Amino acid sequence: SKQTMLSSSRAALVAAAAKLPRLVTRYGYCTTAAGERQQQKPLSPKITTHPTRNDRAKDPRWKDIDMTRAADEADVVIVGGGPAGLSAACRLAQLNAEKGTEMRIVVLEKASSVGAHIMSGACLDPKGLVELFPDWQERGAPLHTPVTGDKFYMLTEKRAIPLPLLPGMPMHNHGNYIVRLGNVVAWLGEQAESLGVEVYPGVAAAEVLYTEDGSAVKGVATNDVGIAKDGSPKDSFERGMEFHCKQLIIAEGTHGHLAKHLINRYDLRAGREPQTYGIGFKELWELSEDRWRPGYVEHGVGWPLDSGTYGGYFIYHLNEGSPLAAVGFVVGLDYSNPYLSPFHEFQQFKHHPHVAAALTGGKRIGYGARALNEGGVQSLPKLTFPGGCLVGCTAGMINVPKVKGTHNAMKSGSLAAEAVHEAIGSGEIEPATYEEALRNSWVYKELHSVRNIRPSFHLLNGRLGMFGGMAYTGAVWYFTRGREPWTFSHGGTDHEKLLPAKDCKPKDYPKPDNVLSFDLLSSVALTSTNHDHDQPPHLTLYDDSVPGQVNLSVYDGPEQRFCPAGVYEYVELDDGSKRLQINAQNCIHCKTCDIKDPTQNINWVTPQGGEGPAYNGM
Amino acid sequence: KYIHIINKADMAASKGLKILVGCKRVIDYAVKVRVKPDRSGVVTEGVKHSMNPFDEIAVEEAVRMKEKKLAGEAVAISVGPPQSQETLRTALAMGIDRAIHVEIPLAQLEKLQPIHVSKLLAKVCESEKPDLVILGKQAIDDDCNQTGQMLAALLDWPQATFASKIEPSQDSKQLRVTREVDGGLETIDVSVPAVVTSDLRLNEPRYATLPNIMKAKKKPLAKMSPDQLGVDLQPRQEVISVEDPPVRKAGAKVESVEDLVGKLREKGLVK
Repeated sequence: SKQTMLSSSRAALVAAAAKLPRLVTRYGYCTTAAGERQQQKPLSPKITTHPTRNDRAKDPRWKDIDMTRAADEADVVIVGGGPAGLSAACRLAQLNAEKGTEMRIVVLEKASSVGAHIMSGACLDPKGLVELFPDWQERGAPLHTPVTGDKFYMLTEKRAIPLPLLPGMPMHNHGNYIVRLGNVVAWLGEQAESLGVEVYPGVAAAEVLYTEDGSAVKGVATNDVGIAKDGSPKDSFERGMEFHCKQLIIAEGTHGHLAKHLINRYDLRAGREPQTYGIGFKELWELSEDRWRPGYVEHGVGWPLDSGTYGGYFIYHLNEGSPLAAVGFVVGLDYSNPYLSPFHEFQQFKHHPHVAAALTGGKRIGYGARALNEGGVQSLPKLTFPGGCLVGCTAGMINVPKVKGTHNAMKSGSLAAEAVHEAIGSGEIEPATYEEALRNSWVYKELHSVRNIRPSFHLLNGRLGMFGGMAYTGAVWYFTRGREPWTFSHGGTDHEKLLPAKDCKPKDYPKPDNVLSFDLLSSVALTSTNHDHDQPPHLTLYDDSVPGQVNLSVYDGPEQRFCPAGVYEYVELDDGSKRLQINAQNCIHCKTCDIKDPTQNINWVTPQGGEGPAYNGM
Repeated sequence: KYIHIINKADMAASKGLKILVGCKRVIDYAVKVRVKPDRSGVVTEGVKHSMNPFDEIAVEEAVRMKEKKLAGEAVAISVGPPQSQETLRTALAMGIDRAIHVEIPLAQLEKLQPIHVSKLLAKVCESEKPDLVILGKQAIDDDCNQTGQMLAALLDWPQATFASKIEPSQDSKQLRVTREVDGGLETIDVSVPAVVTSDLRLNEPRYATLPNIMKAKKKPLAKMSPDQLGVDLQPRQEVISVEDPPVRKAGAKVESVEDLVGKLREKGLVK
């Protein structure tokens, strides 16, 4: 099949690259014909200086540094202050109040404030919220915009063809709310604090801690601060602290870095499909008043994406006093052309006459991007491990055709809280009842029913593309609602699907007009992202030589195109060769690079806490 | 050298100097600032705020002086809205002993000027009696560069602004401050009590790490109001409008000097 061919050819390429005779090592020594070792100017300075890839115990610069960490105890530590993590925290606090138990619950959030790293559409199904806080309205949850109208379009280059939205279809949004999820999460954080949860924004969980015998998780350590860009200690160096806990809940969102580590360590994907992803872009627009339709929800597919590339758009008109609308675009990361730039597809999309009509006269005031999970039930890993569990998008619970995952994330957080509370009470290491509870809940029922829609895009070997997917949804799914006895596979990981550049056509994207479409760097500026420049880049490479030898030569450096923040650049050196430059300061923590890198050489780890984007109600 | 100072009775009490540090809560320097549609100011709602970078340097200097035993007590003060408490908690986490929050009601916040802040600080100095006041040289939101100077004038204290180094003077009776001035560096001796404003190269501030943030929750934070201090916040200025800077027009490259002169002539800039 095409997939196996791709995998083996890619594997062959990587193997061939590894066999290249390397006369000059990274540190510049070379063996002359006479066998003498001469020091040469390094071909390229080291790219990856991060302590996770450079053992400080063997580094002479760290000889005299005290590496002991202060440790604190908590009953439950939750990594990630998003909808899933905060729901778990609130539910735990509620259970303690109900049952008269006492627990110290700590939430660690890497953003400088709760909600600042949240990036979502969002058209919220209030199910998860209502179960957690039936009195959410009295408590002032910022759900101000009930959906008043719902449309679905198929875009061709010039036209927008409306498609019928029948009740029961995943895209039907009656009863839902358009929200600025960052604000909802900030509110959830306040609820958690009022319930006695300790919420610490500006703190990144950097390392998972294990028991003596390494079998179970015993807690996390927060990030060290004050390491210079070259990996040496600065005067301001301070070790992170440890939290030892009975249960660790990982709620890092799509493709979390600690989740990635735990999934590998405990082989949580055994017997299940790997996760597949999309990259989601969102801009916040202040519309011209006459084009503003508060409560209106629009979804669509088509132009400018070709039928072989999964993706779609949304436009949500908020009703919070000013004429704001969220305009977004998703591109499935299983695309095959390394010349494709999801950012530029999004910018081009806004020029479609139908979309331009809504945005003309408006002003863009926000931009952001984040990877989202598309694997559904097929890609759910085992959710528990000794000492903790995974909740929300970190496990992967987005209902892809509905483009909604927050309600599932919140429910999973609540269910995990119940299992964790029980496990602590009974002294169980693993909160094993969580997975079963999730399988019996409406989350699983919903995900199970839509499991075949996303992969139906690949029907007939992807030849029908989006049409195949829509045909399946309309002709089969609408009647079976997921009761069909088969389950389609995603056909492998996203990164394996990238074809070599020589087999693909370069794409020519139009220049931005700075009215509807914009360039990458001014977009990144809108995220207000920032990182202390004098720290090791948190986008680490397992092997510094792979970008030049494989990513660039075989795939033409696709990371230059799929990163929505311009982190990756190939710069020309004096000798004419090209070197990967990582502009870590631009990173907006979307995780796309870790997902789509064809060589899986990029490993995103957390930078210092409090850094990254400063989204305002996104 | 430093132990020598403490034994000398000249440098305030043998307990070391008492330092008052000013901190202002401002829009974070990395945020893309947006003008409000009604042009009355910039959007602050939901926008990331943090401590003014020059104030972080001031806090760091005070903490270092404590560590060197030059100072005995360091107190942080902030004049601002309720959220200024977070800024003060950061200062406490960096090593300040206690904090004072002069809370300004929202309605008066936008019209608050350095003249008001310096009067409030002067009043607090009357009761706190610090030996040294360290302020950031300017705030990154208004770039006024006035509060330190006005405070010194109100108190009739010497001032050493744009400090890049603070150390005891040769005879240990005064402070020797190196100042960053247009022509280079100027070193002056000032007697205490004095007002010093911090410049960029004074130090590199430490991070407020979690164990210290948790400890800081227990440090005292006192609240005061402008009325209690008897300061009138009547605005002296009226902001008429706030606008985006003009979009930079594209330039043109010329190939030769003749071209350049020709173009300058065209524009009537050269005869």
